[in-house]
Amino acid sequence: MQAHTVKRQTTPRAYKSRGRLRKLASQYQLILMSVPFIGVLFVFHYLPLWGWLMAFQKYSIPKGIMGSPFVGFDQFAELLADSRFYQALRNTFAMSGMSLAAGFVCAIGLALLLNEARSMFFKRTIQTIVYIPHFVSWVVISNIVIYLLSPDHGPLNELLAGLGAVGEPIYFMSKEKWFWVIHTLAGLWKELGWSTIIYLAVLAGVNPEMYEAAEVDGAGRFAKMRHISLPSLLPTATLLLILAVGQMLSTGYESQMLLGNSFVMDYSQVLDLYALDYSLSIGDYSYGVAISMFKSVVSIVLVLGVNTIAKRVGQSHVL
Amino acid sequence: MRVQWTWGGVSFQVANYALLALLGAATLYPFLNLLAISLNDSMDTVRGGIYLLPRAFTLDNYKLIFQNQRLFSATGLSVARTLLGTTAALIATTMVAYALSRREFVLRKPLNAVLVISMYVNGGLIPYYILIKQLGLTNTFLVYLLPGLLGAFNVLIMRSFFDELPPGLIESAHLDGANEFTTLFRIVLPVSLPVLATITLFLSVGHWNAWLDNYLFNTDESLTLLQYELMKILMQSTDQIGAGAGNNVDAELMRMTTPQSIRATMTIIVTVPILLVYPFMQKYFIKGMTLGAVKG
Repeated sequence: MQAHTVKRQTTPRAYKSRGRLRKLASQYQLILMSVPFIGVLFVFHYLPLWGWLMAFQKYSIPKGIMGSPFVGFDQFAELLADSRFYQALRNTFAMSGMSLAAGFVCAIGLALLLNEARSMFFKRTIQTIVYIPHFVSWVVISNIVIYLLSPDHGPLNELLAGLGAVGEPIYFMSKEKWFWVIHTLAGLWKELGWSTIIYLAVLAGVNPEMYEAAEVDGAGRFAKMRHISLPSLLPTATLLLILAVGQMLSTGYESQMLLGNSFVMDYSQVLDLYALDYSLSIGDYSYGVAISMFKSVVSIVLVLGVNTIAKRVGQSHVL
Repeated sequence: MRVQWTWGGVSFQVANYALLALLGAATLYPFLNLLAISLNDSMDTVRGGIYLLPRAFTLDNYKLIFQNQRLFSATGLSVARTLLGTTAALIATTMVAYALSRREFVLRKPLNAVLVISMYVNGGLIPYYILIKQLGLTNTFLVYLLPGLLGAFNVLIMRSFFDELPPGLIESAHLDGANEFTTLFRIVLPVSLPVLATITLFLSVGHWNAWLDNYLFNTDESLTLLQYELMKILMQSTDQIGAGAGNNVDAELMRMTTPQSIRATMTIIVTVPILLVYPFMQKYFIKGMTLGAVKG
């Protein structure tokens, strides 16, 4: 002990670094547990960033990243003059925004309703049911949506025909204007139940004395819902909304790919699908990378912006 | 709490129950309807009017699908992917989460940063596609397992569970001479079953439902998954964009049944395993989700 003290007084830095090294060596098991796997994560999450170089090149597969000629910002200039790019950008934002807004409002609504159900058995059963679609693949969901809306004996068309509302079956999936709505509703059907989980947990934590006090003051169900349940959800809701805005562009392209078809492409094609289309069918990888890069950068800016806002709002750490 | 019986209160309750029941029904109906169609004679289904019960009961649709060589092997491959992928990822997630939950771990901060930032930064689809190609992972089974081996979200959920464990648990194991691996597998994991169940559920559902990597990277038909086969049938019958989705299940199969019946049957086949597992996990994953949300 004494020796240590003396050493620290003489060469503190040397001691410290040697101490750290020794500590590192003694933790070889923890290193073995984590570093290889984080390494794999690094490869698949960070190495693609290296590919951004391609956006500034005229990339060709045989030459590779190292050999392809640089063309500066040509790809981006082309991008900014490309009307289909703007279309894809519009579709991406429109569908993300619609899903976000619909999901946010409906999740809070459903959580409030579930919270009001007195019968625990009923509540549990409904919860179990509405969580199901979250665990089902988009392939299955889109299969169900296309089947439900099918003009050929699809349940919705049969229902409408039965009510005498329509004479001819409607081809829902080939109506351009309907695609965003159908996409939003499909996503809502899939994720609505799941997104109530956190809200229900918050509601379960509300002090019951608050409800009792309100009752003494003569508050009815609606009044309690409006003045106690809803306000107690607000901090969580704000944080989740902010986070959702940050993740807005990271929602993927699976649903659009599966639900979309050639009739509605002007409204279903999102940035990722456009990039995929360009790279895989036309073979212009540089342009595809430029599109991907644009999306990633906007996405990161959104996340960082949102993180700053979240901090202002008073929620400690988001990122 | 005291329940007051007022007209407003009662009618609100009735309306609320009715609304929730309707939502439940709207969620369940498509599945029950497809189940009825899958159990109904395909030629009879064409006439329409199948709702909750099959009219001409038969198991032929299921027999046809499992007799089809490609679909049978796709089922096997999907099962293999789910089992292997979940096991590998669970081990990886557990070990990383354990290491990162240890406050004295020297590399804790930098590794944690690499992990968390990976949730927000990504190179985008095309650079990722090219990376997979350059790593030689196209047309391999490995492309189903390796890229998703470690996911930041799952690690964070598990780490926040480990953070809640009493610190004395690990200390006393170390004092007894247990090394890190023994401590993790013998001491920590047995008391972490809820979070293990949650992560296992998330991982296995993710693997079972995945098809994009199949679509993008594995054109080799011997590596095709069940979800992808279902996707191809779906694309084919609705005349959708899906490049290369043209040739799929044998024409013979199509002659013996209809696309509608095949789609319904395959939908049920890919959905049922999930329905069998997840209700039992419900109380665990709700805890896992809320934990992750509060800490995340």
